[in-house]
Amino acid sequence: MSRTFETGGAPHFPPHSSVAGVMLQVIYALMPAIAAHAWFFGPGILVQLILAIAFALGFEALTLKIRKKPVRLFLGDFSAVLTAVLFALCVPPLAPWWIALFGMLFAIVIAKHLYGGLGYNMFNPAMVGYVVVLISFPQAMTAWLPPLSIAQDSLGLLDTMVTIFTGNPPSPLSWDAITQATPLDTLRTGIASGQMISEARQSPVFGDFGGLGWEWIANWYALGGVWLLWRRIINWHVPAAMIGSVLILGTAAWLADPGNNPAPLQHVFSGALIVGAFFIATDPVSGCTSNRGRLVFGAGVGIITLVIRRWGGYPDGVAFAVLLMNMAAPLIDRYTRPRIFGQ
Amino acid sequence: MIQPDPFRQARLAGEQLHPFHGGLRLRHNKKISCETPIEKTALATRYFVPLLQHTGREAEPMVSEGQRVMKGDPVGCFEHLGSGCIHAPTSGTVTAIASHANSHPSGKEGVCIVIKPDGLDQWTELEPIADWQNADPAELITAIRQKGIVGLGGAVFPTGFKVSEASQRGIHTLVLNGSECEPYISCDEMLMREQPDSIVLGARILQKAIGAERTIIAIEDQMGVVNQVLSKAVKRSGADKIDIVKVTTIYPEGGEKQLIQVLTGLEVPSGGRPTDLGILCQNVATATAVARAVTEGKPLIERIVTVTGNGVRRPRNLLAQIGLPIANLIDQCGGYAEGASRLILGGPMMGYALSSDSNPVIKAANCILVMTEDDLRPVQPEMPCIRCGECARVCPAQLLPQSLVWAIRNSLWEETEDLGLGDCIECGCCDFVCPSHIPLVEWFRFGKSSLQAAARERDQAKLARERFESREARLEKLKQERKTRIERKKKALQDRSDKQDEIAAAIQRARSRQDRKS
Ligand code: SF4
Ligand code: SF4
Repeated sequence: MSRTFETGGAPHFPPHSSVAGVMLQVIYALMPAIAAHAWFFGPGILVQLILAIAFALGFEALTLKIRKKPVRLFLGDFSAVLTAVLFALCVPPLAPWWIALFGMLFAIVIAKHLYGGLGYNMFNPAMVGYVVVLISFPQAMTAWLPPLSIAQDSLGLLDTMVTIFTGNPPSPLSWDAITQATPLDTLRTGIASGQMISEARQSPVFGDFGGLGWEWIANWYALGGVWLLWRRIINWHVPAAMIGSVLILGTAAWLADPGNNPAPLQHVFSGALIVGAFFIATDPVSGCTSNRGRLVFGAGVGIITLVIRRWGGYPDGVAFAVLLMNMAAPLIDRYTRPRIFGQ
Repeated sequence: MIQPDPFRQARLAGEQLHPFHGGLRLRHNKKISCETPIEKTALATRYFVPLLQHTGREAEPMVSEGQRVMKGDPVGCFEHLGSGCIHAPTSGTVTAIASHANSHPSGKEGVCIVIKPDGLDQWTELEPIADWQNADPAELITAIRQKGIVGLGGAVFPTGFKVSEASQRGIHTLVLNGSECEPYISCDEMLMREQPDSIVLGARILQKAIGAERTIIAIEDQMGVVNQVLSKAVKRSGADKIDIVKVTTIYPEGGEKQLIQVLTGLEVPSGGRPTDLGILCQNVATATAVARAVTEGKPLIERIVTVTGNGVRRPRNLLAQIGLPIANLIDQCGGYAEGASRLILGGPMMGYALSSDSNPVIKAANCILVMTEDDLRPVQPEMPCIRCGECARVCPAQLLPQSLVWAIRNSLWEETEDLGLGDCIECGCCDFVCPSHIPLVEWFRFGKSSLQAAARERDQAKLARERFESREARLEKLKQERKTRIERKKKALQDRSDKQDEIAAAIQRARSRQDRKS
């Protein structure tokens, strides 16, 4: 008696990874930094995360439905959630709720789905969302809090939610009382008003290398990044090239003019550099695919960030740098194709 | 810098091991089929010997229905290759030459010679080369050709062809490939354990046939006693030019190009062959087949097949005749286990799924793997490529599978050639790691066949044009010829009429002269 079988293509193994698995691991790797964020700056980040994730999933489901794509399948890939998490980590903890709404509208609907959805977006969606709200609502986007340890007034969860949902802190608090310029802002306005770096650094917002609190968050980002490297979710090329280029260029500038240029380590531990190096510039979809290409990409992001920090109109430049390099990525990929075996 | 001469560098093969790009460390799963010795299969009630066992054209049948054949008689022959035969696996009667399920990758039916055994299993008259050491290499090559020896590692390229080509190219090193990098398959390992002398003998014969200086037998570092057993066999044989080299088990280091890279650090040129580096690569099982063909005169009618996987009750290695239905092999291994859901010819990475176990064993069948539902799990939906680059990281051919798929999907055929589609060895590494579950290998097979079809079409168009042109030319020539012929005729007629006129005039003149006289 002969027996018949279903056929199927080789290899005959169940897949050992999935898009959802990759995205989830990146989200896990961000957890320590999120916890540190809440520790230093209060519960605002948690509210921002929930808001951004909710809006992201809402927009994702809506656009998938309009595009007649399988909603369940794509909602379950966690890519929209990751976009939301990265976005939330970039906005001030007390930013009003509609910041997340606008950010996610641009990130998910425009940057992701108008370009074709998962895998086809040319630009990093989280960064598109961030840059759009940064340009459109500069005031709300610069209302950063000081670390709790040096804050005069700190907000509990309830106050935080009131602030986020009404757009104003509950009386008797005022924006002026609770917010403070970020370390990079402080540095920038300091230099602009003729101060030397060393003078500007007297401000209590600074820690050992970067900003107080900020440098610890950066450490936790780096820890998560190393875990991702170990899990082979990301490759070393982008973070190494990005941090390396900042260190080299930063050192050169600092040696040439230490009065007007911060120490290289301060660059590394300030702003979004570490999170950018491990979590944002490593986004595979909008980045380069070959290893040489990734080196170029990472170095490009590092250099542009430094240039923007020094001469640009914004205190931090990681988001702009990533978007600019996103544009260059296809070209870089073309010229960094690996040599084929035997050719 | 002076470019080192690859030929010279290749001579150092095996002295030092080199890495190759990408690859996977897979779970071996070989033990389950290595616990019992190789077993002979029982005689079947029917044999179905396919006339097509590899890519290319079918063999021409050399027998007719009702004819009696002896074991080892040729039943099919590749006229267009000038050699390479298919032989009867046992003695009996040809009951039919008919279409039957074939184990060919295409999955299509093919013509099979159906033999009903007479139970005597009687050999035809064999003509061994008694003194192979003093035989002419050409004589050895002829024997290899006539006995239907093909590469038994899975590629089933006619060995006689390869060897005769190699003998003219100045080969210095013969590499016997004993590394089976695919999980589950253990036929070569068992062969090396049980018949090391036959392998060494085959190595010496091949070495003589191609005029190589030395032989390397490459085995995996995980093969335990094989190293010892083979070394002893080499010592027993007295041959001094045979080395055994252990290579690290990383899939697909058993691929010809990867193995050569591991041994020499050199890459076989794209579109080229190992012979370009002075190396000929053969599978260890092929070597034993060569030894049998030369010293016993026996054609290739059987091979060792690993029958394994969680879907069979008692996995083991069998010595099976070509043409034996696969169901018989499974029966001999205790039948199917519960949940058996896929029947694969070959390994889990590169093998192809068969739709029925009535398919016969073919020369390429190194393994019959039965996987269960648990092994396979439900198929995951395909997602868009997220350009993670994992596929490129593991690709031993150093390709960019993600770009290749994109080019194939968009029918950018020139781009696929630029991206090296032809260099893809279909190892499946990229497919295995892809988080988006894109069936990359299937796309590459489709792409390659489309390219081939396009090339064929181009060839045909060229041929048609040439034919048209030559026909035009012929017609033109004919026209010309006819024209000249007509001219000639006309002229001839003209001449004749002129002459007749002359004659007539002469007669006239004569007449008038007579008239005047009278
Ligand atoms: S592994 Fe899959 S998802 Fe990743 S780049 Fe390759 S094809 Fe795309
Ligand atoms: S199947 Fe082809 S493209 Fe994929 S890894 Fe193997 S050689 Fe590379």
